[in-house]
Amino acid sequence: MRTIKEINAKIKKGDVVVVTAEEVIDLVAKKGVKKAAQEVDVVTTGTFGPMCSSGAYFNIGHSKPRIKLGGGTCTLNGVPVYTGFAAVDIYLGATALADDDPRNKIYPGEFKYGGGHVIQELVAGKNAHLEASAYGTDCYPRKKLSTHINIKDINEAVLFNIRNCYQNYNIAVNLSDKPIYTYMGMLKPNLGNANYCSAGQLSPLLKDPYYKTIGVGTKIFLGGGIGYVSWHGTQHNPSVKRKENGIPQAPAGTLAVIGDLKQMKPEWLVGVSMLGYGVTLNVGIGVPIPILDEEILKYTAARDEEIYAQVVDYSEAYPQAVPGSLAEANYAQLKSGKITVKGKEIPTGNLSSYSKAVEIAEQLKAWIKKGDFTLTEAVAALPGVESGYTFKPLKESPSIS
Amino acid sequence: MVSKKIVLHFPSKLVDQPIVYKLVKDFDLQFNILKASVTSGEEGLMVLELTGKKENFDQGIEYLKSCGVKIQPLSKDVVRDEVKCTHCGVCIPICPTGALIVDPKTRKVIFHNDKCIACELCVPICPPRAMEVKF
Repeated sequence: MRTIKEINAKIKKGDVVVVTAEEVIDLVAKKGVKKAAQEVDVVTTGTFGPMCSSGAYFNIGHSKPRIKLGGGTCTLNGVPVYTGFAAVDIYLGATALADDDPRNKIYPGEFKYGGGHVIQELVAGKNAHLEASAYGTDCYPRKKLSTHINIKDINEAVLFNIRNCYQNYNIAVNLSDKPIYTYMGMLKPNLGNANYCSAGQLSPLLKDPYYKTIGVGTKIFLGGGIGYVSWHGTQHNPSVKRKENGIPQAPAGTLAVIGDLKQMKPEWLVGVSMLGYGVTLNVGIGVPIPILDEEILKYTAARDEEIYAQVVDYSEAYPQAVPGSLAEANYAQLKSGKITVKGKEIPTGNLSSYSKAVEIAEQLKAWIKKGDFTLTEAVAALPGVESGYTFKPLKESPSIS
Repeated sequence: MVSKKIVLHFPSKLVDQPIVYKLVKDFDLQFNILKASVTSGEEGLMVLELTGKKENFDQGIEYLKSCGVKIQPLSKDVVRDEVKCTHCGVCIPICPTGALIVDPKTRKVIFHNDKCIACELCVPICPPRAMEVKF
């Protein structure tokens, strides 16, 4: 029908037709798949939610005299960073906590500040205090470093998230008789609430369920700037059960993404605190889907009603890694504010901001229409259903000591 | 001068002591009882409007705390930081009065201040910590 090259020519000429993954639903309802696919060149998606396997690496530049952080220790605003690289490369993970954070000693812990917050502050242009100690070598004699750093002064600041953008997620409930505090939020006892975490009909991988266009090298909206899909994400699991429409019914594909942190924005990388659980980072991601044929367009037009997720008990089944589902609900039901599980009507809460997902899809649409954002051809495909690639549990074996 | 509505929780051991009287005598504060439920031997609850000089007011509050009285602000004092809120909606099933709801059209979270009873359940569970208690 059309190629990415042809779409990019239209973007350059300024007559590209772009709609969001929400708008394409109405368009298909009105005009049908065939006509809509003829008209639309690109469908934009969006998602904004907590994504724990996120982080950023920095090259802070060499001090005088030189110091080798590798093998030493280093903190940013008191939050430890990973130093196991060369002299001045460090990696800050979203869930990292200061050594003196009380964690869950007073249960449920508040987790007021951690890696996610440091990343947001750095992106906002704030200074961060770096404190480091090293063992000293002949070529890197310095043993202590205490300084402020600013993202605009250091060499590289790169967001590199090893798992983002889950294709679908669980609906978390609590079957026990006491409240529990999870990464899915506070869950009230006896099925008191059901928390979910997906943009549903706007979520990138749900709109390209077989990864026909999204692959390694796909250019995306990342944290308010431009990023790229660098690989499939960790725990990528394309082989889960799917509905007839091809959409996975449980957490499936994931993306690893990368991009220059210096051009991102603090409103799209938000440090958040999950009571009793820890700190993480809310990441904003938008992926453009080129409409290369009718089938691709048909997938982008899937509605909330057609996308199902599984209800999982986080008091017992999840922590004990017992597979299975209590029930199934679609995103239209979840968004209505109530679902029924075991005959009980329970209120729902979303961890992923749908209104922010709409904003991202709209922003990406505006960039493409303005000619600021062209599409890329994937250089390698993500492991698909036929690959046999799966997400395995740990094979634990007693270690010899 | 400051004037604030506050909720006081008295542990049972304090119920038979003249604590509010001390606010008048030692801290020169005026009070207006909006609601009270105090029974000897049980926990007491009192909603007061407390008025006085800022310095005296703050000292009076410190005095109450030092006695073991738990103090909560009234509903109008739970506020939302509009910049911090990401409109995710994880607070919605937690709010017992429906003061936090999703606008079905914009999918944004609306905070109805008048329905809020200042239970504060939303404060620690808000991931970006956008709900604050102003006191």
